[in-house]
Amino acid sequence: MTAGGLLKRLAQLIITVLAVTLFSAFLLELLPGDPVEVLVPFGSDEQREAVREDLDLDQPFIARYGTWLSGFVTGDMGNYYTVSSKRPVWDRLKEAFPKSAQLVLYSQILALIIAIPVAVFAAAKKDTFFDRMSNTTAFAMLAIPNFALALVLQYYLGVKWKIFPTSGYTPITENPAEHFEKMVLPCITLAVGQIAIYMRLLRSDMIATLQQDFILLAKAKGMRSKRILFRHALRPSSLTLLTVAGLNVGTLIGGALIVEVLFQIPGMGFMLQEAIGQRQIVAFQSLVAIIAIIYVIVNFGVDLLYTVLDPRIRNERSA
Amino acid sequence: MSDHLPYRGHDEAETTGIGLAPSAMATAEAVGIGIGDTIPEGPPDAEHKRKLGIAAWIAITWLVVMLLLAILAPVLPIPDPTETFPEIARQGPSSGHLLGGDALGRDLLSRIIWGGRASFAVGFGAVAVGLAVGGLLGLITGFFRGRVDAIVTPLMSLLLAIPQFVLALSLVTVLASADDVSSARRIGVVIVGLGVVSIPILGRITRANTLAWSEREFVTAAKAMGAKNFRIMFRDVLPNVVPAMLSIALLGVGVAIIAEGGLSVFGVGVQLPTPSWGNIIAEARGQLRQAPHIVLFTSVVLFFTVLSLNFLGDVISQRFEVREGQL
Amino acid sequence: MSLADTAASPVPVPGTGPILEVTDLSTSFASPRGRVGAVNGVSLSLERGRTLGIVGESGSGKSVLSRSIMGLLPASTAERTGSIVFEGKELSDWGDKEYRELWGTEMAMIFQDPMTALNPVMKIGKQITESLRFHLDMDRSTAKDTAVELLRSVRIPEPEKRFSSYPHEMSGGMRQRVVIAVALACGPKLLFADEPTTALDVTVQAQVLDLLEEQQRERFMAMILVTHDLGVVAGRAQEIVVMYAGRIVEKAPTRTLFADMKMPYTEALLSAIPKLADPPHTRLAAIGGRPPDLVNPPEGCPFAPRCPYVRERCLTELPALTPVDGDDTHLFACHYPVDSPETIEIKDRLTAQGLLISSPPPGSASDGAQDGR
Repeated sequence: MTAGGLLKRLAQLIITVLAVTLFSAFLLELLPGDPVEVLVPFGSDEQREAVREDLDLDQPFIARYGTWLSGFVTGDMGNYYTVSSKRPVWDRLKEAFPKSAQLVLYSQILALIIAIPVAVFAAAKKDTFFDRMSNTTAFAMLAIPNFALALVLQYYLGVKWKIFPTSGYTPITENPAEHFEKMVLPCITLAVGQIAIYMRLLRSDMIATLQQDFILLAKAKGMRSKRILFRHALRPSSLTLLTVAGLNVGTLIGGALIVEVLFQIPGMGFMLQEAIGQRQIVAFQSLVAIIAIIYVIVNFGVDLLYTVLDPRIRNERSA
Repeated sequence: MSDHLPYRGHDEAETTGIGLAPSAMATAEAVGIGIGDTIPEGPPDAEHKRKLGIAAWIAITWLVVMLLLAILAPVLPIPDPTETFPEIARQGPSSGHLLGGDALGRDLLSRIIWGGRASFAVGFGAVAVGLAVGGLLGLITGFFRGRVDAIVTPLMSLLLAIPQFVLALSLVTVLASADDVSSARRIGVVIVGLGVVSIPILGRITRANTLAWSEREFVTAAKAMGAKNFRIMFRDVLPNVVPAMLSIALLGVGVAIIAEGGLSVFGVGVQLPTPSWGNIIAEARGQLRQAPHIVLFTSVVLFFTVLSLNFLGDVISQRFEVREGQL
Repeated sequence: MSLADTAASPVPVPGTGPILEVTDLSTSFASPRGRVGAVNGVSLSLERGRTLGIVGESGSGKSVLSRSIMGLLPASTAERTGSIVFEGKELSDWGDKEYRELWGTEMAMIFQDPMTALNPVMKIGKQITESLRFHLDMDRSTAKDTAVELLRSVRIPEPEKRFSSYPHEMSGGMRQRVVIAVALACGPKLLFADEPTTALDVTVQAQVLDLLEEQQRERFMAMILVTHDLGVVAGRAQEIVVMYAGRIVEKAPTRTLFADMKMPYTEALLSAIPKLADPPHTRLAAIGGRPPDLVNPPEGCPFAPRCPYVRERCLTELPALTPVDGDDTHLFACHYPVDSPETIEIKDRLTAQGLLISSPPPGSASDGAQDGR
């Protein structure tokens, strides 16, 4: 990618980030009634006034957004308010983020480990029993609601057969075995939908790739089938996979939030639920902004990665 | 440019043959004896395509039954979904209560039937909002392109810059956070929240398809004959775009029904005690040890409903060879 | 595999006799409309160091024939019958597993379109060294040196630099040279060149063909050159097989064929040879009509519906492949060959009406055998 192209993308990135933060800031405006009423419904007049001032509620929206944004970029994510005190959101957030990131990362890895080989063999054995079975399974997996799956897994694998713990989180530094043990069910829950998406996509992409001349050439060179499938055919298809992985991050984030609540993992989803339950609208707003920004940045990263990985695009863009 | 793209058909066939009629070339290609190197998949069997498979009929039947139950819930001989029978609390199926009772002793069958009402209302409602706004915008931007497109399309893309569930969650949380929100109003808020989320998705699909159809000869012909733009848009273009919209819309109904469940996990879905499939499951998550049947039965109903919707969406897109557009 | 029936053919001793002997080979494909008979009862043989040209238009089965011999057709839809003897080994019941021993090292293939024949996301060096390392157990640096040498031998400038290029960074002609280098890497004894120059510019075509010819001579390979263009094989093949609708319709040593062609179809193909003066991609003089439906082949001669000299008998009776009187090397399948009195009579009439320019003299090319639709 050229410097110009990169600059253009960066500009797009900044505009998008500004837009999503503007949206999250606007949430407070959408709130029916007085935000202070929601935040500290039982506070005294002075306490309410303090909160009102803290939130710049007497300022017009744009000015307030400016103040909020300048605080946000310097790590001031606003506060949790109680009647008598306030606690910075950032303190909690910096601990919650790694947990959510781990969950998303593990489930992605799990999904790819399962989806890639199955898709590759399904494509190679197109229209066989294996192909049809895996295709049908994937289609069914797409229809499984993650929250329902989470509970069904919890019931069977946790409560009934007691194979995995049903909830909680242990840091990897504290006890790696327990860390992964507790991550199993949440990751399976999240991975199921992803497996289906990746599998279907990779399968159809691989089938198209396997029709290509260069595959026949590899065959005519006497290469082994496995090598042809994984070295010659998978690589071009994996670029498609990458694009979808980027787009998927949105779904994945949404799923992770739900899964965290159901498995009691104190990540960002857990924080969100807490913020909603306790009507901590400021914390909620910051969380939404952070999540949206992460999503935008990940997509930007995937885009960059794409141009790095595909030699053709690398060339085309610079041409 | 084309030689940078790996996947292209043998479109240079024209120069390789010795001037055969192109149609002959197509026939030869189709049966796999042309200069194509591997044997292309045969043309879709027309006979096979026209008939609905048995799976499609099962899906249709399931949906019709579920919809009828939901619509007829008030006149069905079932207990009120909020009425409690202490003796069946957390109990599994029994003769009087086919699916048993929930944590408070409410009849689960009745709650699932009534829950379908709320879930279908949310699913179809949200998609209707998305179709009305997103579909119209997609049709207009795809048909007129130019300035409208340059303004509206980036705005729609911006809506996609926030993870969909997070967008819905924030809208619903904020709009429903007053204390005195009635159950019906809450369903309305959920519909609007999920509807807004579906606007850019349905908008994009509609736009991509409208773009493609607007370039067809019959549209040009209609223009040349002096037909009014809006007339062409609705009379000539829209009917062709409908299959794509419909196919995505069916998927969308399923997605919205599931999303309502996700919102319920956060406590902002359809408001209890009014049941929805989502909040029945979310509410029963604390009862997994004592009364797993609540979660299991409701999940099965939810799963088969979403599966049927997905399947029919797929059938439509295959039948009409819907182009997915760039998602 | 069975060696039992080799008794019928001369016992092949490695190093002597034909390297390839194909007898009564038929290949068909499953299609939604029924089985497509793409190759029907083809027999041919080829000796070491010689080139056989297979000529026919698209859909004549010429590509399927070479792929059948090489075992490169999809097992799920293709069905092959008849006998293929390669270096004394009967291949007809071999599958991918057995064939893999031959691919690359014994037989290799050059594909039509160099734009699609190379893996777009693999460096070209890797695409060559891959088979060197796999088949010949070379270590990394030996394989690289060998590959660079190969690139040099196919006249790629700056082969060391090109070794780490991606296919899209090269022109079509250069890419086809790479494809040739890939095919030659492990020293195959039999090379299939499937329309090797069709996708290339006219100016590059001759260079690539000359390169192929030179490599073939140096390595004493047998080569099957598949093309739709009689001009391509004219000076390069010792023998030519003309295919139509999956059958051999004429087969002769090159010189004989051009001097004394019998099939009206061969004649039509000859008139379709492009001239050097034509700009690239000029639409060539057409043979009117289209090849027959291979699912339900018509009764009679398959070329009859398009033949300018067609008579009643042609529509009902399939002509057999028979030798010319007194010349066993020249076979044709036609009731009324080009030089028969019946055909000459029609030809004269058409010429008189200005519908046909008289049969082109051997070796030269002339425009339009008839008015192509």
